Amino acid sequence: MGNILNSFNDDTICAIATAMSDAGIGIIRVSGKDALSICSKIYISGKREKDLLSHTPNSIKYGFICDGDRIVDEVMISYMKAPHSYTCEDVIEINSHGGMLVMNEILSLLLQSGCRLAEPGEFTKRAFLNGRIDLTKAEAVMDIIEAQNRFALESSRAQLSGNIYNEVTSLRKDIIYQMAYIESALDDPENYDLTGYSDQLKDKLLPMINKISSLLKSADEGMIRKDGIKTVIIGKPNAGKSSLLNALSGSERAIVTDIAGTTRDVIEETVRLDDIVLNLIDTAGIRETEDLIEKIGVDRAKEKIEEADLCLYVLDSTSDVEDIDKDIFKLCEGKKTIVILNKNDLTPEIKISKDILPMLFSGSDTIDFPVITTSLLNREGLDDLKAAITDLFFNGDLAPKQEIYITNLRHKKLLEEAAGSLQLVVESIDKDLSEDFYTIDLSNAYSSLGEIIGEEVGDDLVEEIFSKFCMGK
Amino acid sequence: MLEVREKIDVAIVGAGHAGCEAALACARLGLETVIFTMSADNIAFMPCNPHIGGSSKGHLVREIDALGGEMGKVIDKAFLQSKMLNTSKGPAVHSLRCQADKMEYSKEMRRILEAQDHLTIKQAEVSELLYEDIADESLKHQGYERRITGVKIFSGIIYEAKAVILCTGTYLKSRCLTGEAITYSGPNGLQPSNLLSASLITAGIELRRFKTGTPARMDGNSIDYSKMEEQFGDDPVIPFSFDTDPADVQKPQVSCWLTYTNEKTHDIIRNNIDRSPIYAGVIEGVGPRYCPSIEDKVVKFPDHERHQVFVEPEGTYTNEMYIDGMSSSLPEDVQLAMYRTVPGLENCKIVKCAYAIEYDCLCPGQLHPTLELKKIRGLFSAGQFNGSSGYEEAAAQGLYAGINAAMEILGKEFLSIDRSEGYIGVLVDDLVTKENLEPYRMMTSRAEYRLLLRQDNADLRLRSKGYEVGLISQEKYDALLKKQELINSEVERLKKTKVGANASMQSFMEKNNSTPLKTATSLAELICRPEFNYDNISEIDPDRQDLPADVKEQVEITIRYEGYISRQLRQVEQFKKLEKKLIPADIDYNDVSSLRLEARQKLEKFRPTNIGQASRIGGVNPADITVLVIYLDSIKRGQANEE
Repeated sequence: MGNILNSFNDDTICAIATAMSDAGIGIIRVSGKDALSICSKIYISGKREKDLLSHTPNSIKYGFICDGDRIVDEVMISYMKAPHSYTCEDVIEINSHGGMLVMNEILSLLLQSGCRLAEPGEFTKRAFLNGRIDLTKAEAVMDIIEAQNRFALESSRAQLSGNIYNEVTSLRKDIIYQMAYIESALDDPENYDLTGYSDQLKDKLLPMINKISSLLKSADEGMIRKDGIKTVIIGKPNAGKSSLLNALSGSERAIVTDIAGTTRDVIEETVRLDDIVLNLIDTAGIRETEDLIEKIGVDRAKEKIEEADLCLYVLDSTSDVEDIDKDIFKLCEGKKTIVILNKNDLTPEIKISKDILPMLFSGSDTIDFPVITTSLLNREGLDDLKAAITDLFFNGDLAPKQEIYITNLRHKKLLEEAAGSLQLVVESIDKDLSEDFYTIDLSNAYSSLGEIIGEEVGDDLVEEIFSKFCMGK
Repeated sequence: MLEVREKIDVAIVGAGHAGCEAALACARLGLETVIFTMSADNIAFMPCNPHIGGSSKGHLVREIDALGGEMGKVIDKAFLQSKMLNTSKGPAVHSLRCQADKMEYSKEMRRILEAQDHLTIKQAEVSELLYEDIADESLKHQGYERRITGVKIFSGIIYEAKAVILCTGTYLKSRCLTGEAITYSGPNGLQPSNLLSASLITAGIELRRFKTGTPARMDGNSIDYSKMEEQFGDDPVIPFSFDTDPADVQKPQVSCWLTYTNEKTHDIIRNNIDRSPIYAGVIEGVGPRYCPSIEDKVVKFPDHERHQVFVEPEGTYTNEMYIDGMSSSLPEDVQLAMYRTVPGLENCKIVKCAYAIEYDCLCPGQLHPTLELKKIRGLFSAGQFNGSSGYEEAAAQGLYAGINAAMEILGKEFLSIDRSEGYIGVLVDDLVTKENLEPYRMMTSRAEYRLLLRQDNADLRLRSKGYEVGLISQEKYDALLKKQELINSEVERLKKTKVGANASMQSFMEKNNSTPLKTATSLAELICRPEFNYDNISEIDPDRQDLPADVKEQVEITIRYEGYISRQLRQVEQFKKLEKKLIPADIDYNDVSSLRLEARQKLEKFRPTNIGQASRIGGVNPADITVLVIYLDSIKRGQANEE
């Protein structure tokens, strides 16, 4: 049984905590009760003495990592003593000069000296298990690690500072108060009166449901900000879809050619327009053949469009409007769509201009979609595209507008459940059911909210969350 | 004196409500049983209130009956008035409550004990537990240190027994307090049991001191009922027992009376509060918050202008009236003054004073969920000795402990009822899992899955368990299966049977002030409308069979509250997941290194059998549970790897 216990939490773990690159400095983190003694085996101080064991907590020492007599690297070592560290255990951080080779060598020295390689997310897992952080904070750490853009980072930081925790906790407090009141009244009707209570409760529930709804609204925007906008590029053959893809990708990985099907690439890829993240779907289709509509049929195209948050509809401004253009146009109705009039550099040949486009498509002066003109081969017009997306998704302002954004699918789902449960209480009140029925759904709402912050014991939740973590954080 | 050794199977210490159920269960399962009592003339005595049942307690009585216990059957014979409480609320909180004729109740229970094979009543004070050290390695592994071998009574006679069930109620080293007047007696002046406590402590059992109280009994002739509101019983009366023929319980009932305290009453109490032994610090025992004395109520709710007082008969053998709602430990002179401020009691004469009683009881964290002591094999305990209060709580535990003692002796599987299966499960789990710093009283709020644990379906929930342990006959069990089948098929039929939106239907709807049908609708959907019920749609349901009333009741509840019931069932599913994650009996919490100190101490103290139970222990938070789950998983994975 000894081994099992060692593999639980008694052992000391290590991992490279910074990105694996040839950056100037890299950090290797060691956590566990033997952190100090293990590190002292491979360290000598600047004065060439092995004096790590006398390291004062919360200070930094200068020295060398050695493999026997051989010096591996010149390092700074910081020591944080339990419980005043990230994991609440003894933590040593070795700041090395980086370089993948050197870092790996230090890591393997640590492993030989008694450390175990940390599992993904294990440092944060220990922090959570040792009561250092709550579940939302643990998730925020994961998000920060994975943050793709500035917004995602900000939002994760806000979460880490406890914004969601505070919101959810205050909602739960209100719910438990109502449950307690009902229970008290059921058990002690003489001293707790329920006359007129259900109306009062309803008055309290509606603002709570609104509160959750507004959190949920922020979830849609929040998740788009964090995870990106699911985007599909559509258009007739040769309109310039591949050129758009290349302009967005910022590389010539895909060969733009007049001959369809010259490249075969990824099915979905992520591109960035500064702080806007676009997740492009079915890019292989575009690269495989420009002939999206004809090849896969209108139904498939429709499916793709439905799946997406955003349609980029590329039109060749030098060709005539055909029926198929109008078909595609119809498919986009009700979807956030940007019409991209491409090849505007070929001025003499322009057949569709921004001005006449509405008339050509809808027979009126306006259309529902923003229209921009581009010359994608020359990478012109991307700023307009960015502005159009910002208008469509962020009300024209990329700066976060509220303090809390729900950016986590798990939180979103649980908030939806909580709102649903509270709504059921309102229904019970409207149906004139007696108070003892309310507590069933109140307690469900309470549990759902509790699961968000880890105050409710979920089944396999914790493992699921931590398995997603990166190594070493 | 010559040493006399009697050989029996089970010794029951105490013949109150817990002891009687425990004794009957063991004897009925064929075990030679002796029930010891300080007074054979006070078997199943009701030293406090004269009722059986009430909110959530009525549920317990129904469950006792479903499992094959006796309380429901006895009260069906000995009641003076019967009422279904909370009928304006949902079916989950409907509760049956009966006023009992105390003497009749006691006599009836005694008759049943005396008529029971394998059961002997013995009037004697049990003075000592007898036990030996455990030799069996596997039992040691489970944490047992000793094995019970019997009891010794004051006269020196030894009863060798395979199991002993402690049901000592409020009798251990008890003392009664009325203001400054303290008597060292059991309830109602009965003899206390002063010797056993020391033996229990020697056996390593941790005891503590609890208190409870009772109001005064008045001379009925001194009460002016014209100033009180008369409280009638229900007509017709619904019996407690599933086996009682409803026709047998329709009889003239005796009334109770409602009156109120007032500011004058409260002033007297406030002015004399320093003479209350509790507020003066004379009482060391902790009293029940949920069964407060009138002093407590006045202190706790200073703004309330009045408190309810129910005046209830003690029986037909006496004119004593029980003053419900005004238990007290104030001195008798204050009591007289205080009671006489209450309308109708202006000239009252006190037959028996109100008093508080203090007694030794056990810290039930020392118990397995079977109600066996964790360290002493074969020693079980039940009732007020376990720190509960109330006749029904006691009887439920008595039955549960009795069955499990018998199962242990017979080498059969223990009876287990979890929180989603019965109030008994909630009661036992709360007792063995929580700190319980005051006498534990059952309440509907303690049951998370209340809508499933109704008093009306106790038989459907628990009778099969009673059958499995051997207390429910084949015949009764078959009847239960038949009932379940009838309910299921009728619910099914009502869901399938549709009525069209035709003219005759619409006129039926109109006649019943219901909105017209838009499309064909099932009968079940109609029943869900508040204006309809199973009975009043009979004219549009010509195909229905004539079903028994209890079947119709279940059909209606099942259909009407389907959504709520299914949501509770989902909650239960979640609950069961954690209950199924077992914790090895020999776990060493010191090995679980990231547990916080408080959690480790609490887990070590209660040694829960599964993760669900662990999560309910105070001081163990969700993060601790996560740690524990991961630890157990790592053990499991380790074992799998070794194989």
